[in-house]
Amino acid sequence: MSAQRLQSGGRIDRQQRIEFNWDGRSLRGYAGDSLASALLASNETVLGRSFKYHRPRGIMSAGVEESGAMVTIGRGARRDPNVKATMQELYQGLHASGQNAWPNVRYDVGAVNSLFGRFFAAGFYYKTFMGLPPFEWGSKGTGLWMKYEKIIRKAAGMGAASREPDPDVYDHAHGFCDVLVVGSGPAGLQAALTAAKAGMEVWLVEQDCLLGGDLLNLADEKTEKKRLELIAELEQAGVRMMTRTTAFGLYDNGIAGLLERVTDHLAAAPAHLPRQRFWTLRARHTIVASGAMERGMAFGNNDRPGIMNVAAGRTYLNRYAVRAGQQVVVATNNDSAYDSAADLAAAGAKVCLLDARTRIGSNMLDIAGAANISLHTGSVPLNARGLPAVNGIDVAAAAGDGWAFESRLNCDLLLVSGGWSPVVHLMSHRGVKPVWDAEQACFIAPPIEEPIHVAGSAAGIWNTDACFDSGKSVGARVVKALGGKARARAMPEVGGWANPIRPVYEVRVDGRKTKAIVDPQHDVTADDVRLAHREGFVSVEHLKRYTTLGMATDGGKVGNIIGLALMAEAIGTEIPNVGTTTFRPPYTPVAIGALKGRNVDEHFRPLRRTPMHDWNLQQGATMTMAGLWHRPWYFARSGETINEAYVRETETTRATVGLCDVTSLGKIAIQGPDATELLNRVYTNPFAKLPIGKARYGIMLRDDGMVMDDGTTWRLSETDYFMTTTTAHAAKVMVWLEELLQTRWQDLRVHVTSVSEQWAGSAVAGPKAREVLSACVEDADVMSSDNFPFMGVIETTLKGGIPCRIARISFSGELAYEAYVPSDYAPAMMDLLWPEAQKHDGCLYGLEALGAMRIEKGHVTGAELDGRVSIDDAGLGKMANPDKLFIGKAMRNRPELLREDRPRLVGIKPVDTGQTFNAGSILCASNKVSGLGEGWITAVTHSPAMGHWIGIGFIAGGHQAWEGKTLVAADPVRKGNINVEIISPHMYDPSGEKMYG
Amino acid sequence: MIIINCPFCGPRDHSEFGYGGDASIDYPALDAPMDEWHDAIFLRENICGMQAETWHHVNGCRMWLIVERDTMTHEIKSVRPAHGGNAAVLENVAEGGES
Ligand SMILES: [Zn+2]
Repeated sequence: MSAQRLQSGGRIDRQQRIEFNWDGRSLRGYAGDSLASALLASNETVLGRSFKYHRPRGIMSAGVEESGAMVTIGRGARRDPNVKATMQELYQGLHASGQNAWPNVRYDVGAVNSLFGRFFAAGFYYKTFMGLPPFEWGSKGTGLWMKYEKIIRKAAGMGAASREPDPDVYDHAHGFCDVLVVGSGPAGLQAALTAAKAGMEVWLVEQDCLLGGDLLNLADEKTEKKRLELIAELEQAGVRMMTRTTAFGLYDNGIAGLLERVTDHLAAAPAHLPRQRFWTLRARHTIVASGAMERGMAFGNNDRPGIMNVAAGRTYLNRYAVRAGQQVVVATNNDSAYDSAADLAAAGAKVCLLDARTRIGSNMLDIAGAANISLHTGSVPLNARGLPAVNGIDVAAAAGDGWAFESRLNCDLLLVSGGWSPVVHLMSHRGVKPVWDAEQACFIAPPIEEPIHVAGSAAGIWNTDACFDSGKSVGARVVKALGGKARARAMPEVGGWANPIRPVYEVRVDGRKTKAIVDPQHDVTADDVRLAHREGFVSVEHLKRYTTLGMATDGGKVGNIIGLALMAEAIGTEIPNVGTTTFRPPYTPVAIGALKGRNVDEHFRPLRRTPMHDWNLQQGATMTMAGLWHRPWYFARSGETINEAYVRETETTRATVGLCDVTSLGKIAIQGPDATELLNRVYTNPFAKLPIGKARYGIMLRDDGMVMDDGTTWRLSETDYFMTTTTAHAAKVMVWLEELLQTRWQDLRVHVTSVSEQWAGSAVAGPKAREVLSACVEDADVMSSDNFPFMGVIETTLKGGIPCRIARISFSGELAYEAYVPSDYAPAMMDLLWPEAQKHDGCLYGLEALGAMRIEKGHVTGAELDGRVSIDDAGLGKMANPDKLFIGKAMRNRPELLREDRPRLVGIKPVDTGQTFNAGSILCASNKVSGLGEGWITAVTHSPAMGHWIGIGFIAGGHQAWEGKTLVAADPVRKGNINVEIISPHMYDPSGEKMYG
Repeated sequence: MIIINCPFCGPRDHSEFGYGGDASIDYPALDAPMDEWHDAIFLRENICGMQAETWHHVNGCRMWLIVERDTMTHEIKSVRPAHGGNAAVLENVAEGGES
């Protein structure tokens, strides 16, 4: 290839030289270049190696379908693989490198893979990994493969992503408009203008950095003038024009996904800008003017560097002022290539045009004649010659129904047009099955009921003027649908070429073996498609998966039609009978970073802090996550490990007193004349007679009889209750109560209000708890045992006038209280409680000690109440009152739930009390350590009270069924197997003396 | 991606809402036999087309709504408060009565 930069013309700025780095060498281009055009102008021919065979690859196109010039951009954390050089704008200092080659794309050791081509044929991976080696390897084949697999895998594959975290920022944005126009070619520009002039709010999105679509590739001044005028008019009409923005998907309800590449074209991105913006755009109507893509043909070595589509040859010439070759062969089967060939000839190339058709009208002959092009009708390329780049071709001529070798031609550039495929991808996203138009040899999207319309060459309209007209027509149709005024115009007819296309998908001559690539990104050959057919894969979806045709990053843009045509030929049918594969979003790849937006690191999910968060930190708390909450995990003294800390906290609390932030518990105010009735229906135990000033522990079930949540509810007055829920289920319980009141029980006069944020709470637990609180309340009398019995509730004031509500309830099993103050008083409350606790050598305790104490008591939490547990399973069956009605009453008595051998809550201890075990272990009978076992462990702790590790969990039949037997806590991937015994879950103070005392 | 026109808050993205379920279910009385509960909870139609559903404006006004939605197209035909009292108040306001 002897590409050359022209002295004039093009959309490049010759005043702005740009230096960039390609594969370790410094090259130069101009502002306005794409990386591909700059590499082409620098005569870089081999830009990469192919996926399987390491065949040399160069530029194949000038657009998003590029499957040859796939490169890696950037370094370090910003290394971005598989970027299409055709879509990468050149910038100062750009760092690009070739892929899939070592040591580099020009001298690639992996090219030896092509010698093993037959091992990589379609289905190779399936056959070997399914244990069926190629027969010639014999029974040892698979083993042989496993041996070489590592080497081959290393040599196959495309670019490698950075392993470092993505340092860039991505934004999510939302938009609304009347009309979204996708694509700014002649149809898109005109459609947008028609809609905007009628007063519609229009967004025009274009994946390119310039507006104009194919207009950018035409050399004549009249077209350019029209393009600029249209853009000026669009600006005046207030159209929002977004370049470097891809509509990558269309979704329900007029939603388009847009990816705006904000800084990918900049050498140094300003700090305030995100790298990319991910738009969710809601449009009332969408006009798809996404253009068409030129297909190639399958023939021998059709993937050689120096072979590209005809339109690309014209784009590099007219847009980038690069004549891609000196001695050019243009091969076509349709009219569209003639103007491009003429442009190249006018630019000084020696052009030879092969037209597969034998009869061509005089208009085409005139173009060729005027441009001094040597025209060969009835001719097609059979095989490309030359390595690494094309230096000539074998030409085949029509012979009967097929082709026969005719002659050789020398060339340094081969441009191929096998016809055009409208970009129907976005319509496909909406579930539309494109319809095959045999006359135009392409798939066209049929009209759909949704407000989505297709215009221009995306609708199979080939001529530029007709595309303008189709834009007007569709624009007017949309304006009318939106209730605006516009003059209706007829839609131009599909097609528009003077001479019909002659479908040519593959050129093959009997007896000549060639490698014809159908899908260059995955190295799928025409023979692979036939092999798949021979092996029985006749459905197009199976063909796709077996050969991986169309499954590369271009999503089948390049190879699908030829693959379908080859399959149709093999089956002996027509293309529409084979079907088409469904194109799915995204149209072009979208970075994971853009999908996640700013929802990363600490913003991955919301963070909830209690009002005593800072106070806890000042006391040396180590925090942990409990749902969205940050909660104190333990308060280590200097040198203490977590285990030492929580054991000390547990011992201290049981010996004197401990304080614990329990703010994260859900809190719901339940108020109204029917509040009692509501509670009585949602809890399994009776609330109808709960006296004012008392709290009650309650369990609520779901409709299906399984446990939803548990907690205490305090009666503050006749009509006012304060419900607490578990931290994990707070939101769920709130939603549940709202649902019941607003849907099923509309007659109940009750308000429920979440007050979780309004009240901050501390547990005060341990034998000295009463002393501590007595010293903190203004009136110590309220704390006396007579005035404040177990499950009592008081509303009082702490010293300094802090309003406070206290209940004598215990999660730890000690004499204990929960004290709540309005959130802003939380640090003030702790400043009162903590010095008093210290007077008794008390401690602050965190979640770990809280867990230890509740496990000792056999109290259940979210770890046990996982939605699969019935009230009987949890050992709380007595809480379900048979004499009253409650939600879940009927369903909890399902026979299956009453089976005696259901897993029931138990306590677990190691046989050798020196041993530890893990939550998550499976409990197995000692003679059958396999399968799902008999039960499982939900939580474990070291129990200071018992002096060894304990756990709680579930086991079939409960602890009576296993009393005195040794089981195995199986934990095969962590601790191994530990012998354990099943005991009652109430392991500490089972009679509750401490708590009632 | 659906927009639900909440009668209290106006049109909002469906991400603000929680999905309830089939709004046509008549939940049995608490003392109804197990069979009735079983049918109400487990035997649900899988409607292809317009379906009345409950949605909760959980990140908004926290009202439960009855939404008629086409399960095939996501087209929303109507939205009204689940609670009859709220619905009546809205109607009264719409008719220019006292709110
Ligand atoms: Zn609302």
